[in-house]
Amino acid sequence: MLEKAFVGGRKYWTWMACLLGIMGLGFIMWLWQFRVGLGITGLSRDVSWGFYIGQFTYLVGVAAAGVMVVIPYYIHNYKAFGRITILAEFMAVGAVSMCLLFILVDLGNPVRALNVMLHPTPGSVLFWDMIVLNGYLFLNIFIGWNVLSAERKGSLPPGWIKPFIYLSIPWAISIHTVTAYLYAGLPGRHFWLTAVMAPRFLSSAFCAGPSLLILLCLIVRKTTRFDPGKEQILTLGGIVAYALILNVFLFVCELFTVFYSQIPGHMDHFTYLFFGLHGQGNLAPMMWAAFGLMAMAIILLVIPACRRDEGILAVACVLTIIGTWIDKGFGLVVGGFVPNPLHEVTEYWPTLPEALIALGVWATGLLIISVLYKVATTVKEEGEQKRA
Amino acid sequence: MGVNRRKFLKIAGMSTLGAAAVPASSALAAVNPIEWLDKKLGGFTPFETLLHLFHTPVGFKPGEALTGKQWVMVVNVKELDDEIAEACRETCHRVHNVPQIDNPRHEIKWIWHSEYKHVFTGQHNEHIAEKYHHLPFLVMCNHCENPACVRVCPTKATFKRKQDGIVLMDMHRCIGCRFCMAACPFGARSFNWIIPWPRESAGTLPRFRKGKEPPNPEYPTRVKGVVEKCNFCAERLAKGQIPACVEVCQEAAKEKGKEPALAFGDLADPDSEVRELLHSHFSIRRKPELGTGPNVYYIV
Repeated sequence: MLEKAFVGGRKYWTWMACLLGIMGLGFIMWLWQFRVGLGITGLSRDVSWGFYIGQFTYLVGVAAAGVMVVIPYYIHNYKAFGRITILAEFMAVGAVSMCLLFILVDLGNPVRALNVMLHPTPGSVLFWDMIVLNGYLFLNIFIGWNVLSAERKGSLPPGWIKPFIYLSIPWAISIHTVTAYLYAGLPGRHFWLTAVMAPRFLSSAFCAGPSLLILLCLIVRKTTRFDPGKEQILTLGGIVAYALILNVFLFVCELFTVFYSQIPGHMDHFTYLFFGLHGQGNLAPMMWAAFGLMAMAIILLVIPACRRDEGILAVACVLTIIGTWIDKGFGLVVGGFVPNPLHEVTEYWPTLPEALIALGVWATGLLIISVLYKVATTVKEEGEQKRA
Repeated sequence: MGVNRRKFLKIAGMSTLGAAAVPASSALAAVNPIEWLDKKLGGFTPFETLLHLFHTPVGFKPGEALTGKQWVMVVNVKELDDEIAEACRETCHRVHNVPQIDNPRHEIKWIWHSEYKHVFTGQHNEHIAEKYHHLPFLVMCNHCENPACVRVCPTKATFKRKQDGIVLMDMHRCIGCRFCMAACPFGARSFNWIIPWPRESAGTLPRFRKGKEPPNPEYPTRVKGVVEKCNFCAERLAKGQIPACVEVCQEAAKEKGKEPALAFGDLADPDSEVRELLHSHFSIRRKPELGTGPNVYYIV
């Protein structure tokens, strides 16, 4: 089926060439980082994780969100989603690939990455994260490819694929839970030391992921002869609305505990993020923007007339994606490190090479998604032609 | 440790190769093969060599090393001044070839000093006696009882050594994920953000004050992209020496006729100096409420 990705019009090839160009630029920057060290990033002794790990965290969510399509279709027999499960699964493949790449570019010694397998350490959450992410990547490629092959032959997917599909559901939850546990079990990092971390991660995942999927569906409809369907998109819109409200609700729960208890160590991180601490607060405008955007998205999504208008829905999705991206891909990671354990403020801002490397990884993920979507939509188009 | 380790591995290799090589070479040199082997193994018997390979720290010499069940450091805060604190830092960083980096974002610190309010966050109040506000509190790795950094490390590159409780770093295994830096509640860990050591080829970046030679040829240099921290001078203990910073404090105390600012010893030994100090003085530890069990005590 992969050959279908090599047939396309001028627009398709221009898009792919652009992605390859960005990937190349990112790769060159990464070679530089590989040679001289992570010192070319904005990271420091005090803020030792930043943009890379933030993107990783965010994209684990996007990947996990595939389950929001799989559950209704396979568990609740919501037939309409049958049209787009493959799109959700292939989006997850691209997102998990990006996750793994972001981990790799963040390592100080990437050539030693396999030490994680050579010296397996079940006590480390990172070890489990490696297992669940790679497992999820495998499951989605395996399931997606098999179901799509069956569809191409005009037959039903083989029965033995069902257990793998059911397994993929808790597995999707697990990738984001384990990722939350990377943060939520560290003594002395009060910002992350909260039991709602995993639920917050999942809720933000289930709004950000479907938002991206809606946008991808709209792009697929525009650029191919396959229409993912109006009903499908609108149902996804409803899921985004619920999850986004839940996400903000859990954030409010967090705020209540922190600010009503008035424990300084817990308040300092929030104060830093939203108001600045000791006169330093370069993230404050972004954090306010994030929650402003999410609030606007909620307003658009809860008004039925707005949510059912695909144009407005698309805007709400963009707002959701940017809002949750700032909150989770930036504030969450950096906020945990400022102030540092000695209560000193060192600020963080990514450097240009760091941003370009991250852009390169995004381009790689988008390339993977483009190739897989090209295959999927071509198979779908051919199937519909045959039936017509 | 690495130079020692390299030497050591050579020795270990030789002890296996030795079996075949000894008769031939001893016939040539006409020496006693036992003596020859003994000389080659640098005082280790072949059995010890094998044993140490699995059980004991690299460079460990039976009878010579300082041993204990749980090493602890006691900081006698009242004896500290800027001069001693700086001497400790300078000596430690010199004997461990710690890269000298001026950019505070990329700095590598094994031992350094800070103010009370930074060291004992949460225990600070405005009315603490004036002299404590600006005392240079020495801080280093706490070699915790229950270290969070060891718990999170995905490769066991950082580990708590069973026989004496020192939290060590294997800079040859570390993948540079920096999970340990996020986990440490004391900010005791540093990462090599830039090349810490000049390369022979292009792009040499001398990081040391005195040219390109490492200040201490006995101790290894490291590569970029690994985490490092205080090791309670494990390499010195193996040779029967006390930690470098403690030695500095003892010498300074002798000169000035005062008590040393740092004391080091085995907490499990009821007759040790540290036990006596903790018994007779009021001491505090950093963030004990987190349950990591720090092994650096501060007498205030």
